[in-house]
Amino acid sequence: METIFDIYLLEALCNGLLLGGLFALLSLGLNLVFGVMDVVWICYAELIMVGMYAIWWLHTAQGVPVFLACLIGIAFVALLGATMHQFIIRPVLQAEPINQLLVTGGVLFFLQAGATVVFGIEFRNLGVQLSSLNVGEMSFSISRLLSFAVAAAAIVAISLFLRKTFIGTAIRAISQDRAIMPLMGVNPARIYLTASALGGGLAGLGAALLVLQYDVHPAIGLSFGPLIFLICVLGGLGNLIGGFLAAFVFAQFISVGGFFFQLEWGYVFAFIFFIAVMFWKPQGLLAKRA
Amino acid sequence: MLSLRDVSAGYGSFQAIVDVSLDVYPGEAVAVIGPNGAGKTTLLRAISKLIPASGRFVVEGRDYTSMPSHEVLGLGLAQVPEHRRLFPQMSVEENLRMGAFLPAARKNWREKLERVYSLFPKMRERRNQAAGTMSGGEQQMCAIGRALMSGPKLLLLDEPSAGLAPVIVQAIFDVVRQMRAEGYTVLIVEQNIHQVLKVVDRAYLLETGRIRNSGSAAELLASDDLRKAYLGI
Repeated sequence: METIFDIYLLEALCNGLLLGGLFALLSLGLNLVFGVMDVVWICYAELIMVGMYAIWWLHTAQGVPVFLACLIGIAFVALLGATMHQFIIRPVLQAEPINQLLVTGGVLFFLQAGATVVFGIEFRNLGVQLSSLNVGEMSFSISRLLSFAVAAAAIVAISLFLRKTFIGTAIRAISQDRAIMPLMGVNPARIYLTASALGGGLAGLGAALLVLQYDVHPAIGLSFGPLIFLICVLGGLGNLIGGFLAAFVFAQFISVGGFFFQLEWGYVFAFIFFIAVMFWKPQGLLAKRA
Repeated sequence: MLSLRDVSAGYGSFQAIVDVSLDVYPGEAVAVIGPNGAGKTTLLRAISKLIPASGRFVVEGRDYTSMPSHEVLGLGLAQVPEHRRLFPQMSVEENLRMGAFLPAARKNWREKLERVYSLFPKMRERRNQAAGTMSGGEQQMCAIGRALMSGPKLLLLDEPSAGLAPVIVQAIFDVVRQMRAEGYTVLIVEQNIHQVLKVVDRAYLLETGRIRNSGSAAELLASDDLRKAYLGI
């Protein structure tokens, strides 16, 4: 009895780790965009939803192989992110934060309603069944392992990009001193566009990983959108390392909390922890600006 | 090298500089001196097109009056801004690399980095340190190094001695002297009139937004009104 208990706890911990990788990837794009532009894409989860639909449609209706459909889906959401920036965010860049929030909130409802009109309210899935991997008495779904591996690789790639390239360095620099960038020969408008495409591409990658595991429907963004946002806030909005840590903390609360009680209780514990941290450190675990 | 004609700029209805004309010739060091609030920083911001300004801006015979600010660096005008404005959470080396952002400057950025390090050995020691954690003088050197990384023809320095201890001020002016010796053209804006006049060839005196006096550094040092008003001797 005792040993089985421990094995299942270990399984829950491992699943929390896997889930954390996915959360970390999902929050990365939102965090990056905020770090660069000081704008919160409230509609971020809806961009992911659009990506999921795009991949689903390409695969099931057009017969495009899953892997290729995922690549096209990622490119499509990247383009969507850049387009949204150019035509919707850019005009309100100098506006009050509340106006920026309302604008991206408008996009949220637009995308949700648009998806309902085009695809209906049915739950759709790729019809791809990945088996599970058994390690001793523990069982892990292959799609979860795959999404963890891809998320980890993407996070490493993004951090190398941000540290080793001139554009990446400029993306980090602009969040520290916006006004001085022209003196470096940097056109902020181009950095914003690059970061928006990157943020969109990350949402697209998140979509590819989610659509392998979950059904897509017009309101799916609501099931994890608030979670992504809270993870970013918990880590310190705009702080990529903070968001990364917060993703794993949140995932463990959900996974281990769900193991001891029920899955819903895991979420309750995670949000209680979030509220407690907000009292203790309102700017998040690792604030972007000291 | 640089030539300004009737440049005016301000904030809202307030005119911070009025009809300023000045010239900087290749290889010389020129200072714009004047009291606090004279419009010196505004002038440098106008030269780098960071603020809208009227008048004519010419560099090496090319009119850049209507150019956006991020293209001015490509003309060879690198500015070390007021308060240094390093990226505080990035390392010294990352700050220096930001200075080489322009595609033309990226190609041989490692060579330029070596030159900056040999000019400021302290920067090599501290290359992995977060720039915001260094002392004011070190930050100033990093900021000058960052501007040099673009491979500029004209270096614009905005109050490099502000807020630094006297010993450090001396070191910074030594750097300016060295820049000049290396063949850089320098335009420096300073409140520390006595010190800056020792390292430049010529100077302009800016008061309440207008050029009141100009001449060689020796002439200005000897002029009565300057001595009485600013040097207290």
